[in-house]
Amino acid sequence: MPRVVVDVMLKPEILDPQGQAVANALPRLGVTDVSSVRIGRRIEIEFSGQPDLDRAREIADKLLANPVIEDYSVRLADAEESPA
Amino acid sequence: MTARIGVVTFPGSLDDRDAARAVRIAGAEAVSLWHDDPSLHGVDAVVLPGGFSYGDYLRCGAIARFAPVMETIAAGARDGLPVLGICNGFQILCEAHLLPGALTRNAHLHFRNRDQWLRIESVGTAWTNTYQPGQEILIPVKNGEGRYVADQRTLDELEATGRIVARYVHGNPNGSQRDIAGITNEAGNVVGLMPHPEHAVEALTGPSLDGLGFFTSILKHLVGAPV
Amino acid sequence: MTEWSRATVRPGLGLAAPSETPVNVPDTVAHAAVTPGELQPYAELGLRDDEYERIRQVLGRRPTQSELAMYSIMWSEHCSYKSSKVHLRQFAEKAPRSSRLLAGIGENAGVVQVSDRLAVTFKVESHNHPSFVEPHQGAATGVGGIVRDILAMGARPVAVMDSLRFGAADHPDTARVLPGVVAGIGTYGNCLGLPNIGGEVVFDPCYQGNPLVNALCLGVLPVDRLQNKAAAGPGNVVVLLGAKTGRDGIGGVSVLASATFDDTSAQRRPSVQVGDPFMEKLLVEACLEMYDAQLVVGIQDLGGAGLTCALTETAAAAGTGMRVWLERVPLREPSMEPHEILASESQERMLLIVAPDKLDAVMKTAEKWGVPASAIGEVTGPEAGAAAGRLVITWYGHTVVDVPPGSLVDDGPVYARPMREPADLILLQADRAETLARPATPEALRETVLRMIASPNLCDRTWITEQYDRYVLGNTVLAQPEDAGVVRIDEETGLGVAISVDGNGRYTRLDPYHGAKLALAEAYRNVAVTGARPVAVTDCLNFGSPEDPAVMWQFAEAVRGLADGCAELGIPVTGGNVSFYNQTGAAAIHPTPVVGVLGVLDDVTQRVPMGFARTTGADHDLIFLLGETRVELSGSEWAWVVHGHLGGVPPRVDLAAERALAELIADAARVGHLRSAHDLSDGGLAQALVESILRYGVGARIALPEGFTTGSMPFVFLFSESAARALVTVPRGHEKAFTALCVERGVPWTLIGVTDAAGGVLEVRGQFTIGLDELRAAYRGTLPALFDTTTPPSVAPAP
Repeated sequence: MPRVVVDVMLKPEILDPQGQAVANALPRLGVTDVSSVRIGRRIEIEFSGQPDLDRAREIADKLLANPVIEDYSVRLADAEESPA
Repeated sequence: MTARIGVVTFPGSLDDRDAARAVRIAGAEAVSLWHDDPSLHGVDAVVLPGGFSYGDYLRCGAIARFAPVMETIAAGARDGLPVLGICNGFQILCEAHLLPGALTRNAHLHFRNRDQWLRIESVGTAWTNTYQPGQEILIPVKNGEGRYVADQRTLDELEATGRIVARYVHGNPNGSQRDIAGITNEAGNVVGLMPHPEHAVEALTGPSLDGLGFFTSILKHLVGAPV
Repeated sequence: MTEWSRATVRPGLGLAAPSETPVNVPDTVAHAAVTPGELQPYAELGLRDDEYERIRQVLGRRPTQSELAMYSIMWSEHCSYKSSKVHLRQFAEKAPRSSRLLAGIGENAGVVQVSDRLAVTFKVESHNHPSFVEPHQGAATGVGGIVRDILAMGARPVAVMDSLRFGAADHPDTARVLPGVVAGIGTYGNCLGLPNIGGEVVFDPCYQGNPLVNALCLGVLPVDRLQNKAAAGPGNVVVLLGAKTGRDGIGGVSVLASATFDDTSAQRRPSVQVGDPFMEKLLVEACLEMYDAQLVVGIQDLGGAGLTCALTETAAAAGTGMRVWLERVPLREPSMEPHEILASESQERMLLIVAPDKLDAVMKTAEKWGVPASAIGEVTGPEAGAAAGRLVITWYGHTVVDVPPGSLVDDGPVYARPMREPADLILLQADRAETLARPATPEALRETVLRMIASPNLCDRTWITEQYDRYVLGNTVLAQPEDAGVVRIDEETGLGVAISVDGNGRYTRLDPYHGAKLALAEAYRNVAVTGARPVAVTDCLNFGSPEDPAVMWQFAEAVRGLADGCAELGIPVTGGNVSFYNQTGAAAIHPTPVVGVLGVLDDVTQRVPMGFARTTGADHDLIFLLGETRVELSGSEWAWVVHGHLGGVPPRVDLAAERALAELIADAARVGHLRSAHDLSDGGLAQALVESILRYGVGARIALPEGFTTGSMPFVFLFSESAARALVTVPRGHEKAFTALCVERGVPWTLIGVTDAAGGVLEVRGQFTIGLDELRAAYRGTLPALFDTTTPPSVAPAP
């Protein structure tokens, strides 16, 4: 069944303490060439019928993302992105 | 000679002063250890306290395990150094693979703080030897990610080898598998516990004095331990 | 935020050569001087024509874009208190003398000395509008902000509590706002390691669209560690400590906090700021270490008005000037412009004034805790002949600000706004709840008890308070659902403090003068029943638009009541906050002064809990009702829940009786007469009984006293909300000494029954018996049923 992938990311101007904490930890692992880390969420949606991008967008807008601080993008899963 | 118990402070540790207070009330000397200093300053045992080390932003304990002090503690733990991880400390011990499994988001998705009944299942560890087998104790639990999970084989092995240290009774506060509140490693020197015994050591501030046993146990263990 | 037309730089204006050219050349002082006619969007920024004219007079030219932003922020209602100032003066004028007060109104928070060595500081502050727009982050940053206020006084923050008001419990938007607010308070406070020890949660349709989120923080400091905000000592270095500066809350103060909600609120959303409690924790530890090493001359937190407020207030407090290189402020977003940097409300930042020889040590401490720190400026002296210095800010060599700092802080507009008693008040007061139909049979009374304890304002709060850590720091002696939070502040001596925060919008709507006094009386009584001696007050005054004369009248009356009440009780207001514009369209919230009272327990082991104690065998304690019960039902919870009624006049206030009650309980606690004590307020005696019973599962058998046995009088006895009353239990053998003390203190007492640990019931003789299980089920089910299933997944960036 084809799936719709929703990626939710904090808006670029919003502080991301989580990404910042990871970025700050990397030098400890010997990684020194990373300048920024930002963390988001990936959500996979399966429809009972045909995947409906508009519907997914509506779901993302109303529930999955918090439009106050987050952006989202909606796309069909690539064929090679098989379910885990 | 007074036992010296180290309490580690990571950036974001919160219950470090409380753990040190509990150590003192039990009659030992509390020694502050700093995340960035690999030296254990000759302590006899270590407590990894509760809190939100490094903000717990990626996964709880995921960044703390890479702190310089953790390398020394991990090496010491493999050689028998007694280590008690409370709450965030338990999460760090799991992330550092000193204990199996992981602590995940509570089943009800909320942070929950309540007085919780536990049953002590194993009194053979360095941290529980003053309790009675099957003793029920009341100590605070407070976490957002305290649901213990592991694969079936690991859970079965923990059961079979008596390594489940404490279980939630009269209600499971977070959906932990098999009501697990705390576990130990094979040698019994490393214990991870989600609830907070250090908050049940004074009649004035705690729901009971039931938590003190973890700290008196380590003293008893150290007295009996070969030098 | 209004889009501004960017100032265009024409060639040949003689601008200083920049050291490094930024992308956009900002509006400079020199440019402003030669372009007096340029139109500026002052009105969109909330400034009136005459206010803008004042700014031009002060500067002798038009303000630059950055200066205009600064004045609009500092002269906003939120920062300048321009509508409230003329009334708030009474707090100082009427205040009783107190040798304990080390810092008072005007400081970041009031500081009260509680022993030879120790002082405590506490303050309550609103974060109402941001919590409506984005409940989680709005409430979280509310906690963060008040914690920094406390930190700035030199104190270690040791506890938080909060006063929350939402719309109707079953309104769909409450299901959005409440879980978000609770999770935000929980996430921030828990991660910061501060026990949440109490507060209140109230539902009323008047708060629909205007929830009130008032956060209180308590801090403790050695007396000699008291800090101040003065940027003293020309040559000293100005250090910005903490998080990088981003576009958080740009314009939040001047646009968001001072504007009424309407249909455009959704468009204002992006200015909501995001909090990082982990950074705040590091900031707290770093600052405390710097105080102890005496590295800091002055300090100020960056709150609602960001760098603008911190720079101008620190300079104005010392009469000094400042030279600031704005490009030295570490930015999260490199494209930020000077006015945005100055207005940014990015969280977790402090401004430090540091002597040059201490700068290295400050930087080392900051590095130890992993907190960014930057020297961004220098304190300057006044020019020859001038009384005070000037604040000069450059941006890559361009002078964008050159102002007298005092003009922003002290010389803002002050208004005596028109006031008029609300036209409907006479009718409202005439519509008394005492005339409503009351239950008059045992069956009806039993049903009323069960209905009332399950109602949203009276039911169990555990679903909310379980989401807060109450144990961290290991000094929490009493926490919710107790009447007041009590913490031990000195482990050696056992010194403790008690704190409670209360308000009652319905009473204040019916009579703002007495309503404010009743809020004060309730907080005072809540502190007193723990055995503590009340010593100081903080307040958060939540009202509608000050431009509405009826609201302004309510405000003036409430302030007058509070100031008079504090004088009568002999405890001063030490600081607080005013929140206006809590209204949607023409409808204002009920006037809601929220009052916090702080008390001291010399020996915290003598604290008195609220629950009936578990006794052994057939042993039981005697239950006394202290104070006088009158037929007072107007504004009561019963009138609202059962009849949807609000009218009449609130219960009589007798502060002398409150004082006598408080002194009696403190004395009785000290000699061991009291096993429990519980304040009577919303829901009256019935509510207090049920709460004391369910705390430890100990039942009670009650006999109605003479005069309350027939008709609807049993109901009056159980549900009247007369003030100055408390429910106490006394161990057998102490009753004679205790009642003698009551007589001596002039406190009316009535023996109304006995506790019954074995029986497992609440029995009111001749009326009804209810089993504890039935009470428990009614009391505990409401909030989980309302909010557990409707909780949306967390939308916070960091779960």
